[in-house]
Amino acid sequence: MKGLIESMNRIKHHIILGDLEERKKVKIVVDGEEMEAMEGEMIAAALLANGRKQFRYTKRYHSPRGIYCGIGRCTDCIMTVNAIPNVRTCITPVENGMVIETQKGLGKWKRGGSCV
Amino acid sequence: MYKTSIAVIGGGPAGLSAAIEAAKAGAQVVVMDENSRPGGQLFKQIHKFFGSQQHKAGVRGIDIGKELLEETQKLGIEVWLDTEVCGIESNKLLWVVKNKTKSVQVLAERIILASGAIENSIYFPGWTLPGVMGAGAAQTFINIYRVAPGKRILMIGSGNVGVIVSYQLLQAGCEVAAIVEAAPKLGGYGVHTAKVCRAGVPFYTSHTVLRALGENKVESAVIIELDDSWNPIPGTEKVFEVDTICIATGLTPLAELAWIAGCRFKYVPALGGFVPLHDDNMETTIEGLYVAGDVTGIEEASSAMEEGRLAGINTVASLGFYSDKQRERLCNEVRERLDALRRGPFGEKRKTSKEEIITSRKEIQCPQ
Amino acid sequence: MSSITNHLKTVGSPSLKELKGSPGFPDELHLKKGPIAIIECIEEIPCNPCETACPRGAIIVGHPITKLPVLDVEKCIGCGLCIAACPGLAIYVKDYTYSDTEAMIVFPYEYYPLPSTGDKVTMVNRRGREVCGGKVVRINISEKNNKTPVISVSFPKKYFEKVVSMKRLLNKRFLSQWTIHL
Ligand SMILES: Cc1cc2nc3c(=O)[nH]c(=O)nc-3n(C[C@H](O)[C@H](O)[C@H](O)COP(=O)(O)OP(=O)(O)OC[C@H]3O[C@@H](n4cnc5c(N)ncnc54)[C@H](O)[C@@H]3O)c2cc1C
Ligand code: SF4
Ligand code: SF4
Ligand code: FES
Repeated sequence: MKGLIESMNRIKHHIILGDLEERKKVKIVVDGEEMEAMEGEMIAAALLANGRKQFRYTKRYHSPRGIYCGIGRCTDCIMTVNAIPNVRTCITPVENGMVIETQKGLGKWKRGGSCV
Repeated sequence: MYKTSIAVIGGGPAGLSAAIEAAKAGAQVVVMDENSRPGGQLFKQIHKFFGSQQHKAGVRGIDIGKELLEETQKLGIEVWLDTEVCGIESNKLLWVVKNKTKSVQVLAERIILASGAIENSIYFPGWTLPGVMGAGAAQTFINIYRVAPGKRILMIGSGNVGVIVSYQLLQAGCEVAAIVEAAPKLGGYGVHTAKVCRAGVPFYTSHTVLRALGENKVESAVIIELDDSWNPIPGTEKVFEVDTICIATGLTPLAELAWIAGCRFKYVPALGGFVPLHDDNMETTIEGLYVAGDVTGIEEASSAMEEGRLAGINTVASLGFYSDKQRERLCNEVRERLDALRRGPFGEKRKTSKEEIITSRKEIQCPQ
Repeated sequence: MSSITNHLKTVGSPSLKELKGSPGFPDELHLKKGPIAIIECIEEIPCNPCETACPRGAIIVGHPITKLPVLDVEKCIGCGLCIAACPGLAIYVKDYTYSDTEAMIVFPYEYYPLPSTGDKVTMVNRRGREVCGGKVVRINISEKNNKTPVISVSFPKKYFEKVVSMKRLLNKRFLSQWTIHL
């Protein structure tokens, strides 16, 4: 696993907002790779912090999509989360052990998926 | 079915201010917001606000947000988070999905719609590449989630949102390669543009973004100059190596629920598009349905709060909590403060547009 | 918008000519007489905390609050209390008489990291271009300023007119991270 909390794009110091407070870390699995995330943060924030920008590929042209609106309106950021496709990652918080997959096209429902 | 005196849709500065005014008078209020945290856009706004002491000038948006939340709590106002209002079935019945899972009907004597706005997009080749995003999205990531969207950013649009977010990107440690504006003049307040200018960020007026380039994500952006009739001038292309392109080309009122409810609208470009008609008490053409904040036309957080107060005072007054005289006095105080914000070269246009909305509302007889 | 603000509305920063025609900019005589506030606020926006902040009544906005701030050069003593009060970060104090060879500027600076007292820094003009070197004399991060640090820097007198701020310091942390991760 990448030791990421220390080396990612997190804004640790900020003149107005102060230092980033220490939060509990959780582990998520993204396309099979284990990553660290901060408890309670949005999946999209955790991925961006880990240097990930492509969240899904469109159905017809397989072109990549990432974060666009950041507030749950545009659905550009949808991924398959715990086997459920089309989850808006910018407004869905991470949970320990969450399994996140790049979504291809409309995604596939798998048996045994649990609600997020 | 859940019954309440007043249902407020949207927990941004407008909605919270409305709820606070209503609760102060003693009315039962419930605020519903689809986010897991109330405050709307306020918690992204880490800069000091303009205005006068009465408008909390000099206080940062984020601190104003905290004050509003404290007051909401102190007054015991019920706030439903993760709750989306999906429809207004008749003018008093709301269809609500509570906590993202449970469908609930809410019957309210009065409704205040304060649903805010959405960012406009512009389309150019490459605009779907990861790395192209709304300026508001970038603002959310740097100021709330504390994650930088990229290292070097190109900002499209020089209105206050574009310039403020550029400044906040610099504060977050990112570089801003340039701010591009299609119009021949910059849109934002001069004090904001001067601030990023002396930080070394160049402005390109009469320019637009031509395309974004990159394999799997943005790697560069091409901009081009526009002539007097806004046509691109071939040969004036400039390339910027950036990993992020932020779009700040204005906001549009988020008024679906007002459409569903059957409100009458007017198209007012200066206010961001179609705006529900309302009178100077913020009541729409549907009796008992009030509006406040960005949904009534794009302005800023300070005016959204004042409009919220106006809507709050008038809803409770219409329920008999205030006498006509009390209501007039309270409303006039708010209107004075609102008026102070709608002056000068920036405010004047909004003021006349707002007056247009109110006049059009008056011209409609027998709204029911 | 009027042509008085043409430079401001195309380049992004006001020109010296635009400033000199505005009521917040001290005349040549007072500018060089001692510490004095310089207000670069030339557009009518609804705002007046500068007026409220000045204990000596040296800044007048009046009613309506969209009027431009007017500096009373006789009353201003260059105390700097208005600097962090201005939400537009449009006010700084300059002192031409700081020493025989050096002038001083006291300005708002809201970036991380902050310099330290004694540091050598680079001073910039209104367009962010490097003008000269300077030395940090004082950093004021008092509670009252509500998180807007106010920095005093001395610099050679001959650049008195041009200098308005300091070049941002590199945020090295981010740079090294990005080369690894983006
Ligand atoms: C990205 C962005 C950045 C901005 N930056 C600034 C700035 O820096 N300075 C400034 O002065 N102004 C800024 N503005 C302008 C804006 O006018 C104000 O900041 C202010 O937030 C508007 O207040 P509001 O309460 O009307 O809307 P908002 O603050 O947007 O609040 C509306 C709330 O309602 C919720 N909502 C909407 N529909 C529903 C529904 N159906 N069910 C449940 N909840 C719903 C929304 O999620 C949101 O939380 C910005 C606006 C945006 C969009
Ligand atoms: S420097 Fe001091 S005296 Fe001069 S205008 Fe500012 S607050 Fe007033
Ligand atoms: S406080 Fe600053 S921005 Fe506001 S009027 Fe005074 S100088 Fe201008
Ligand atoms: S980025 Fe638009 S829905 Fe997530």
